[in-house]
Amino acid sequence: MANEVCFRNMDQDRPWLLEQYRSRGGYEVLARILTEKTPPESIINEVKLSGLRGRGGAGFPTGLKWSFISRNAPGQKYVVCNSDEGEPGTFKDRDVLRYNPHQLIEGMVIAGYAIGATCGYNYIRGEFWEPYERFEAALEEARAAGFLGRDLFGSGFDFELHSHLGAGAYICGEETALLESIEGKKGQPRYKPPFPAHYGLYGRPTIINNTESLASIPVILEKGGEWFKQLGVENSGGTKLFSISGNIKNPGVFEIPLGTPFSELLEMAGGMKNGSKIKAVIPGGSSAPIIPGEQMMKLTMDYDAIAKAGSMLGSGAVIVLDDSNCMVKVLERMSYFYYEESCGQCTPCREGTGWLYRVVHRIETGRGRPEDLALLDDMTTKIAGRTICALGDAAAMPVQGMLRHFRDEFKYHIAHKRCLVG
Amino acid sequence: MSDDQMVTIEVDGRELQAKAGALLIEVTDAAGITIPRFCYHKKLSVAANCRMCLVEIAKVPKPMPACATPVNQGMQVFTRSPLALAAQKGTMEFLLINHPLDCPICDQGGECELQDIALGYGRDASRFVEGKRVVPERDIGPLIATDFTRCIHCTRCVRFGAEIAGIRELGATGRGEHMEIGTYIGKSVDSELSGNVIDICPVGSLTSKPFLYSARAWELVQRKGIAPHDSAGSNLNLHVRRNQVMRVHPRDNEGVNECWISDRDRFSYEGLYSADRLTRPLIRKSDKWVEADWQDALDAAAQGLKRARGTSGNRLGALLSPGATLEELYLAQKLMRGLGSENIDFRIRQGDFRGTEPALPWLGQSIAELDELNAALLIGSNIRKEQPILAHRLRKAVLDGAQISFINPLEFDINYPATQLVNSPAGMISDLAAVARALGGSGGLIDGADVNDTHRAVADQLQSAAKATVLLGNLAVAHPDYALLQGLANVIAEKSGALLGYLPEAANSIGARLCGALPGAGGSNALEMLSNPHKGYLLLGVEPGLDFWNPARAMETLGQAEYVVALSAFRSYSLEQVADVILPIAGFAETSGTYVNAQGDWQSFGGAVAPAGDSRPAWKVLRVLGNLLDVSGFDQVSSEEILAEVRQMAGGRRPENSGVNGIDIDPLLDGTGLTRIGDIPIYALDPLVRRAASLQKTRDAIGAGARINRREAEIAGLADGDKVVVKQDKCSAELRVVIDPAVPDGCVRVPAGLAGTETLGGQIGNVTLEKA
Amino acid sequence: MGFKNVPMSTVKPSENKETLFSAEVRTEIDKWIAKYPPEWRQSAVMAALMLVQQENGGHLTTELMDKVAAYLDMAPIAVYEVASFYSMFEHKPVGKHKICVCTNVSCMINGSDRIVEYLERKLDTKLGQSSEDGRYTLKEVECLGACGGAPMFQIGNRYYENLTPELIDSILDGLE
Repeated sequence: MANEVCFRNMDQDRPWLLEQYRSRGGYEVLARILTEKTPPESIINEVKLSGLRGRGGAGFPTGLKWSFISRNAPGQKYVVCNSDEGEPGTFKDRDVLRYNPHQLIEGMVIAGYAIGATCGYNYIRGEFWEPYERFEAALEEARAAGFLGRDLFGSGFDFELHSHLGAGAYICGEETALLESIEGKKGQPRYKPPFPAHYGLYGRPTIINNTESLASIPVILEKGGEWFKQLGVENSGGTKLFSISGNIKNPGVFEIPLGTPFSELLEMAGGMKNGSKIKAVIPGGSSAPIIPGEQMMKLTMDYDAIAKAGSMLGSGAVIVLDDSNCMVKVLERMSYFYYEESCGQCTPCREGTGWLYRVVHRIETGRGRPEDLALLDDMTTKIAGRTICALGDAAAMPVQGMLRHFRDEFKYHIAHKRCLVG
Repeated sequence: MSDDQMVTIEVDGRELQAKAGALLIEVTDAAGITIPRFCYHKKLSVAANCRMCLVEIAKVPKPMPACATPVNQGMQVFTRSPLALAAQKGTMEFLLINHPLDCPICDQGGECELQDIALGYGRDASRFVEGKRVVPERDIGPLIATDFTRCIHCTRCVRFGAEIAGIRELGATGRGEHMEIGTYIGKSVDSELSGNVIDICPVGSLTSKPFLYSARAWELVQRKGIAPHDSAGSNLNLHVRRNQVMRVHPRDNEGVNECWISDRDRFSYEGLYSADRLTRPLIRKSDKWVEADWQDALDAAAQGLKRARGTSGNRLGALLSPGATLEELYLAQKLMRGLGSENIDFRIRQGDFRGTEPALPWLGQSIAELDELNAALLIGSNIRKEQPILAHRLRKAVLDGAQISFINPLEFDINYPATQLVNSPAGMISDLAAVARALGGSGGLIDGADVNDTHRAVADQLQSAAKATVLLGNLAVAHPDYALLQGLANVIAEKSGALLGYLPEAANSIGARLCGALPGAGGSNALEMLSNPHKGYLLLGVEPGLDFWNPARAMETLGQAEYVVALSAFRSYSLEQVADVILPIAGFAETSGTYVNAQGDWQSFGGAVAPAGDSRPAWKVLRVLGNLLDVSGFDQVSSEEILAEVRQMAGGRRPENSGVNGIDIDPLLDGTGLTRIGDIPIYALDPLVRRAASLQKTRDAIGAGARINRREAEIAGLADGDKVVVKQDKCSAELRVVIDPAVPDGCVRVPAGLAGTETLGGQIGNVTLEKA
Repeated sequence: MGFKNVPMSTVKPSENKETLFSAEVRTEIDKWIAKYPPEWRQSAVMAALMLVQQENGGHLTTELMDKVAAYLDMAPIAVYEVASFYSMFEHKPVGKHKICVCTNVSCMINGSDRIVEYLERKLDTKLGQSSEDGRYTLKEVECLGACGGAPMFQIGNRYYENLTPELIDSILDGLE
């Protein structure tokens, strides 16, 4: 049941070309919707029915998000695609952009029709030059073919779509930081409410969805929400792109139904590299608390199962660590990331991420103190849930996860000033 | 929910009524419930970034920022529950880890929001053992001292720039822990409202540079004052130590200055302590100035005036500063009238007296009403620099959608989108006539006016606005055809349904009219007093080379007079050229008195410090002169007593802008040749500000120069920096050429009020340029 | 939300925009400007900075940032804020080839330390510095979203994945 949605064209040669996309029925859903003038509510209902949840990491139901927009409000509205893929471990949207850009375009036009927007932006991270060029080429093809622009399919519906390039900032993956960034500012998240559905890009009603979410739309509307939902499990409809990396044989992106056992995913990825032993797994990008290997081997890859294990499915970025890894060093690197990427706006995150990193760094370099672990525990509770956006939580959770499952390794490090491992 | 629907919420067990949707912190502030905060400021947009005001709200798992949480019916709030306190203390710990513990050497010490709140929410020992952040020193100009190592990144100053000052000068560069407030590389902060960031900065990151290391907050006594420069009448708190004004802060008054003041009002106190402060009476003795005691000086002054008067009071004239207090101006005019002279005037920078002025010209509306305007036309006004606080009000209106137009002889740097019609002074009249014609006006110049689309657009803006105003500024008053400008403005206002208003130049321009500092029947106005020489003059608070519309003529006429008595707080080069006796008077903050501001508020103040040296309040000096000259009615023992007389005289007169006419007057300016535009730069307005050292170091403190645009420079064969002789009437001055694209064709901007321009004629008039 | 969404401070539009950049750069910036509502020229700031940085050999100067501000009718400080916030903007000269090595978790556990060491030795420089001949700059970067090809780096617009010392040799040999 793999490769049914975003990767349904992966068997094709040069699948990013318009002719290839059309050979599999591409843009037919859009054509049908526009010529039949499908009521927007029914599109939104179908997306709701599908159980599609935001694939960027937050997992918010996509159809519900769309329904917050007051479609008949006067003035411009916007559809924004979040291709600012940056959560460490995640590399799936890059493949959607590279291999299936037309499906994303079709999904965005449909989204625009559903909410009454005539303009969209795809925010692509600045480092993604190859995906950006691929997407730009697809936009050109789509414009030339009349799938973008004015009066699409003679329906009177206009939709223009542009890409916007980032310039290196993890925080722009946060939806309101992303909007600020399109507005030509620093990517600092906005306080919510108001949510983008009411006050988004340029102060106008806006929906922002992840690349994978939007690229799933044409298939959902082609085959039906119910079909999509049935691909997955309760509360986790459909398939999902999993980026799996780490100490494994064949890292890569796999589109599999939600609810697939982790062990199967690991097998698809060729299992552990060099036959090493699995130590732990970060199941949803570096912000997701780590889960010990043996526990992970019993879990299925869906929102509820991973949440029950004390972590989160996030962006579906699975980082597998074998037993050669020192957890202090892994945490030090992760903490450095959040310290480096904090936007600087909120006090707990601006000051706290640097403090977290410095304490972990001290432990890693043999200057840890016995009271440091309690300090880390306490600090994380003062960062998580105290900031405008979720970066504070994202910085706190890996620390909490590590200290929950691998505390002894940290204690050893402090006591012996060196790794337990290696 | 409608905006005015009321809801009931509960805070710490107290029931409160509030408007639905109001921010929680506004509601608790109004109820006197203290929630600590750093980034929130009632006049700025909500940032919600400091996370200090986190409180617990029932049924919400996370603590919420009170500054960004709207209230709704039944909301239950706990500001000091364990969850709320833990959140607040957590934030405080983070704020302090990188904040230096240098309170003993920090100027903010003792009045620091961080210090105060840390006492309540901080730990006694830090758990932070890593190195603290240090930010290199930055110079952002002469007014604001910086120490960004102390910054807690609340971004109030950044938001102030964008939202209130209207120019983004300070910003937060870098990200995360490396975020720094600054102007980036080597740029200064130049807004005329910049000093307000000192007040809103919750820590010692931005402090007053002139005040730096000079006193501690607890050594200062706070006294109320009123700003002495423009006509907003901003309310001040003067901070005094040992009989010296150490610094000036705004005093909140929502109807006047809200919580802001201009830099001119904040830093001009430095002028009080300048080197040429006059502290002893001076008498001219065979072309030398010698210090004298009061008795001799007053006797000399009285005798001199008596001699000059001879048998007719008409031989005397009084030229008075509109920055003097109501009490001083009242006694000055009373003295002159007692001596039989009706030659009294404060309109020393007015260029034309031919028209009929309104009974008591004023703003025409309250200051707060400027916020609500939908359209405005400003004539001859660089309002940002003339009236910074009123300009801020207009900007608020613009942010709410108002459309503002200017008809000016210079292009000004306006901090909001506006239509600027920039034309030569003669062209301004054509533009006004055209707008009047577009509105259906007729008569005089209007009938022949050439109407273009811009004129029609301006007319439409005024006509279609629910609330509109037409305002006359300093450059209109200085125009040689002011009568015509005023007349045309009146037609435009009448035809469009807009209110006619005046932007009085000085702190007491309206007060001067109220207390009779104007020529009476048969008396000469300021221009006439200087073109028809009189035998004796009384000068109050003026420098003849810098404060008169036509300084060359003022110097000549006063120089030829038999006797000139000057009351001045300062030694002054041009005053010493023409006066025979100079009586040292109390300056700003040193005397009690009253100013009447643009909206007609009588604002009285006490003296905050004693007059410097032997100087005396001008009202006391005038009273003694009255006694010495045997004029009756000079027995007042306090300024309050004088004020009571003024009140009686004014008899409840309200400001009134009706009664203007003057569109049939022939223009004096014909638009040929080169016209000088002599605006008064913001920091050249009056003797006090001209001596305020730090303000004189700012970018707005420009020096004398002949500013022309590139086209005119090419025609005249001049280049930037060339020396040029500016000839006006029979006088001239040698100045440097400055290429300035803001000056229209056919014009040269030679600002007045500056050293080097004393030898020139009227502020606006024909000139020629010759390469020196 | 720090600022209200409308630009609250206005900047006098610069009148001599055509003198600010070469015609080619202006054409490119204008393409970006055309994507956004006319009153939001500043939306093109990141693209404009990237273009002028490229034309300047890889780094920004105060003068260039001021020009971008003038071209987009922005306050200079607003441009500095953006230029100092995003990590792809450089404020010091960089080598002809900027090698951005990812050292984040997936790359780290696949040996990015060794990649960095190898590069430092080969180019005789340190992370964050440039080789003496000015040909290379080594930069540590955060996750570039290519963890499937860890360890990896980016040079110019291109990603290079599954790095080994041998592969690095051939990549560097193949550069201009």
